[in-house]
Amino acid sequence: MITVIQICKEKFHYYEFVRPIEEIIKKTNTEFISIHYKDLTEDMLSKSRKIIICGTSLKDNAFLDDIKYFLWLRGYNKPVLGICGGMHILGLLYNEKMHKKQEIGLTKVEFKKDFFGMKKIEEVYELHNFYVTSKEYNIIAESKNCPQAIKHREKPFYAVLFHPEVRNKELIRNFILD
Amino acid sequence: MNVAVLFSGGKDSTFATFIAKKHGHKICCLISLISENPDSYMFHTPSISKVRKQAEIMKIPLLTQNTKGEKETELKDLEKIIFRAKKEFNIQGIVTGTVESAYQASRIQKICDKLNLDCFNPLWQKDQIELLNDLTKNNFEIIITGAFAYPLDKKWLGRKINHKFLQDVKELYKKYKINPAGEGGEFETFVINCPLFSERLSIKERKITGKKNSWTMEIELT
Repeated sequence: MITVIQICKEKFHYYEFVRPIEEIIKKTNTEFISIHYKDLTEDMLSKSRKIIICGTSLKDNAFLDDIKYFLWLRGYNKPVLGICGGMHILGLLYNEKMHKKQEIGLTKVEFKKDFFGMKKIEEVYELHNFYVTSKEYNIIAESKNCPQAIKHREKPFYAVLFHPEVRNKELIRNFILD
Repeated sequence: MNVAVLFSGGKDSTFATFIAKKHGHKICCLISLISENPDSYMFHTPSISKVRKQAEIMKIPLLTQNTKGEKETELKDLEKIIFRAKKEFNIQGIVTGTVESAYQASRIQKICDKLNLDCFNPLWQKDQIELLNDLTKNNFEIIITGAFAYPLDKKWLGRKINHKFLQDVKELYKKYKINPAGEGGEFETFVINCPLFSERLSIKERKITGKKNSWTMEIELT
């Protein structure tokens, strides 16, 4: 089972930042549950074989004050994919620094190596006001402004700053089916 | 939350209004850009003058802004009218009916961010056939007011979005890759009835203009 973790404070953002990811999972015929981080239970985590942490809107940064809800990730060893805000969370758990940089719209990203089917230069959809850096992660892809895809040095934790559910759906599909 | 909806009178912005209201948001006003440019990248133009009537039967104030519809000036005009909505109605968010267009979505996101407003796109990335199904399921009565791609012709004007329409657009998608919901500008639509309306709009007159695979139907409401 896949667990989709929602981080939107305002529920109306579900349609934009969660539903498109759920639709991609549905098309792979994979069982999943979709739940807000405050409602996660240990049982759900033990049943999950992979986790996706979704993003949220530019104005919605409430999750940044709630990192305590994600501390369990430090002891988690199954694959996790963080998307945008999900990338911030994965980084903040490992002494990551946040930097202000806005990117909105389509942009080109260069991948140093294969990342769930993303190769060389890909066009991606961006919607963020911050990016993150951490020594605990290797940078796999960058735009001209900042890191866009990272992988934890030891754990199967992956994260992207852009929104693959918009123009790079195969990335999510490959993460699930890999 | 107090929100304003970017409203064209077509199926997507009306459905976005419907979902926002269902979520308990207060629709303080509708915002319509009246573009002089029929090929605007941002705004759908057919039948926009009829939007006044739709706003009236939804009992929601309508703010309009004329624009020449040129690439960057229309964004300034949009910012101007959103700023006005923020000032006059104390809105905290903007709702749009954008489904697929990264061009449209990213420009609206930038304006909202600049004006410190949240931006909601409840139809974002929605499957096109599912969207059409949801509209009919929720009793939206929609007609085609513009057809702008091969092999669409004037016979498509005035058609209702129903089961038969769905079958036909599925075929068109298979053969010609025409986007079933017209998100690429292949179709323009106008909502004549939906659960938000206090009455059904009826059409008094239709004026059809166009040639080959580019047709528009201007309607007069009773």
